[in-house]
Amino acid sequence: MSDQAVTVSYLRSKKKYPSVWCPGCSLGTIMGALLRAVDKLEIPRDDIVFASGIGCTGRMPVYTDFNTFHGTHGRALAFATGIKMAKPRLKVILAMGDGDSTAIGGNHFIHTCRRNLDLTAIVVNNNIYGMTGGQFSPTTPLNHFASTAPHGSIDPPFDICNLAQGTEATYVARTTSYHVRPMQKIIADAIAHKGFSVVEIMSHCYTTYGRRNGFKDPVEMMKQEKENAVTLKSYEKKKAEDASYELEPGQFLTGVFVNDKNRPEYSRVYADLSARLREEQ
Amino acid sequence: MTSQQVKKLPVRVYEEWCKGCNICVAFCPTQTLELSSHGKAIVAHPDKCTYCGLCERLCPDLAITVRPRPTKNEASTVDSKEADDGKK
Repeated sequence: MSDQAVTVSYLRSKKKYPSVWCPGCSLGTIMGALLRAVDKLEIPRDDIVFASGIGCTGRMPVYTDFNTFHGTHGRALAFATGIKMAKPRLKVILAMGDGDSTAIGGNHFIHTCRRNLDLTAIVVNNNIYGMTGGQFSPTTPLNHFASTAPHGSIDPPFDICNLAQGTEATYVARTTSYHVRPMQKIIADAIAHKGFSVVEIMSHCYTTYGRRNGFKDPVEMMKQEKENAVTLKSYEKKKAEDASYELEPGQFLTGVFVNDKNRPEYSRVYADLSARLREEQ
Repeated sequence: MTSQQVKKLPVRVYEEWCKGCNICVAFCPTQTLELSSHGKAIVAHPDKCTYCGLCERLCPDLAITVRPRPTKNEASTVDSKEADDGKK
C-alpha cells in the first residue's frame, strides 16, 4: 500500500472529500502529516480523540476517521481536558488555529500548559482569522493588513512558542507547513510525549491574508515560509560564532525548543491522589 | 493515455480531488509535473521523476500518490513521448 493510500484510509468517507479548504491551503498538508504520523506510531484509531474548536482548522476532525469532537470557539482545550480526565487511556490530539488557541481560548491554553495534562495541541498559525473573513488575530505581524486593519496592524503579535515556554509546557516545537518531513516527525514526537505538547505550525492563508499583503499565490507564501525558517541548530551555531547575530525581521526559529520528560503528568497525579484518598478512608 | 500507461506512471494524480493550486508543480525538484489546460496537475515528464515523494506530502488535497521506487530490474516509467501523446 502506498503512502497516500494510508492517508486516504484515515479519511472518514470519500464522499466528504475534496475538502472545503481553498486551493493551496496548508491545512490539508498538515492533516496529511498528522495522519502519516499516527500511522507510523501504530496507534489504533479508536484510541485517538481528535478535537478542535471553530475555524478553518476546526474542519480537520470532520474528515478524519477517529473519535472526533468539534467544540465551540476556543474551548477545544477545555473539552479535551474533560475527555482526557474521564478516560486517561485515550490519546487526545487537538487542532486549533491561532485565534482559537491564543485569543478566544487564550486562558485555556496557558492553564493547560501549566497543568501538564497529556494532550497534543497542534496550533496552526496562519496569522489571521480565515473563516470569518480576515480579521487580524493575536499573531498578525506588525504593519500587516487585515480586513479589520486596513492601514496595518498596530498590535504587537504573540509568539506562541514563547508563550508556551513561559507557561511551562513540557514539549514545545515549531515547524512550517512547507517542511513536511520534519513536521511529520515533530507531530509524531509530540503525540508520543507524556505531557502537554504544543506544536506550532507556521502556515499560510492566501485567500484572506496573502492577497492583502502582496502575495501572488499560495506558492509564493510557501516559498517565504521556506526562506524565513531558521532551524534552532543553525541559529545556535551562528550565535556561538558571532554573539551579535540576530534573526532578521520576519524570520522565525524552527525546531524543538522544550522536551521535558521529568515533570509529572496531570492525569497520573490525579490518579495517585485519588488512590491515596481511597486508602486513607 | 490508456489505463495501462497510467498504471506505469511514477506519480498518479487523482483529478477529482486536485484543485490546481500549483504547489506540486512549483516545488517538484525535477519539474516532472505541470498544470494541464484544465488547471489540474498532470505528469508531463514521467522520466524525470526521482520518486522523492515531496509532491505527495505537500499536496493539500491528498490527491497525489507516488509509486515506490522501482528496482533496477523493473521497467520503471513510460517514456515522455507516450505521455505527451496521451495528453492530447
